[in-house]
Amino acid sequence: METSEKLLDPEYVQRGRPACGFSRKVFCEGMRDGVPIALGYFAVSFSLGIAARKAGFTPLQGFLASLLNNASAGEYAAFALIMTNASYLEVAVITLIANARYLLMSCALAQRFAPDTPIWHRFVIGYDVTDELFGITIARPGNLDPYYTYGAILLAAPAWASGTALGIIAGNLLPLRAVSALSVALYGMFLAIIIPPARKSRIVAVLVAVSFALSFVCNYLPGIASLSDGTRTILLTVLISGAAAVLFPVKYQEANEDDA
Amino acid sequence: MTHNNYIYIAIMALVSYCIRVLPLTLIRKPIKNRFIQSFLYYVPYVTLAVMTFPAIVHATQSPVAGAAALVIGIVAAWWGASLFQVAVACCAVVLVIELLI
Repeated sequence: METSEKLLDPEYVQRGRPACGFSRKVFCEGMRDGVPIALGYFAVSFSLGIAARKAGFTPLQGFLASLLNNASAGEYAAFALIMTNASYLEVAVITLIANARYLLMSCALAQRFAPDTPIWHRFVIGYDVTDELFGITIARPGNLDPYYTYGAILLAAPAWASGTALGIIAGNLLPLRAVSALSVALYGMFLAIIIPPARKSRIVAVLVAVSFALSFVCNYLPGIASLSDGTRTILLTVLISGAAAVLFPVKYQEANEDDA
Repeated sequence: MTHNNYIYIAIMALVSYCIRVLPLTLIRKPIKNRFIQSFLYYVPYVTLAVMTFPAIVHATQSPVAGAAALVIGIVAAWWGASLFQVAVACCAVVLVIELLI
């Protein structure tokens, strides 16, 4: 028989709570951690909007694209292709390649759900697996609490979508100088994602350098340079990552830790 | 052939959602194949690096400003600046350099 003292033991309380019950506290923690992410998204998606405008997207279309995709590189690569009136298949392939990292993140998240979590939570979490939201979700100890991530998504997703729409609108109104400055925000975000792991792992650092170099060369090499940006990105990604996977295979544990 | 933007959006959304939801719902076991694991691990760094350079240099009015944003972005991220800080630093560098040129 349990004494009341034992019932209040934190460990017992933790176990006694259903793995996926709604907790206002956890939800608010998610919103709190979502604030800086939403701010960053708003700034970066503004420059995504500038790219969307070049692809002929209206503010509403940009809003929808961002609300439904939540993908920086994926959307940017797709917009770059759409500018060249690319086929639907090309857009599907570039979205797949540029977002392939989310596959790995989702695999890692799948391991962290408590076994009794209702399956619909997996469908909702899958809506917004991004580098940043994955990062804060996986960084919490213990089983994944979907309501924590929902709190962060509630701020991050609207910021991303409305920033994109505003970028499309303001791209017309802002002076050229401001548009020029804002258009590098997205690349800044990419650098913020790839540089910290490159600092930790020499292999990643070399890979980033090789990717820069080959991308530069392919931009000017006759023949290859005539391919669209999107197609070049696909080819280079598959070739370089494939070669790296053969030369420097990673252990699953390692891959997981580095991503967190 | 002209394409409909809403169909583009639907395709992008469908592909993005499947990439995220299929592993969460179907692949509940860790991927065992070492090559696929390694390939997926390296893909993000390579894609983002390929997309960043030399595109960042062409994104600005003056290539010098774009190149400076690249260098500052790398330095800031290396020293642990957040996503927001790196993005703002890159924009600021371009703004200042293009004012000076």
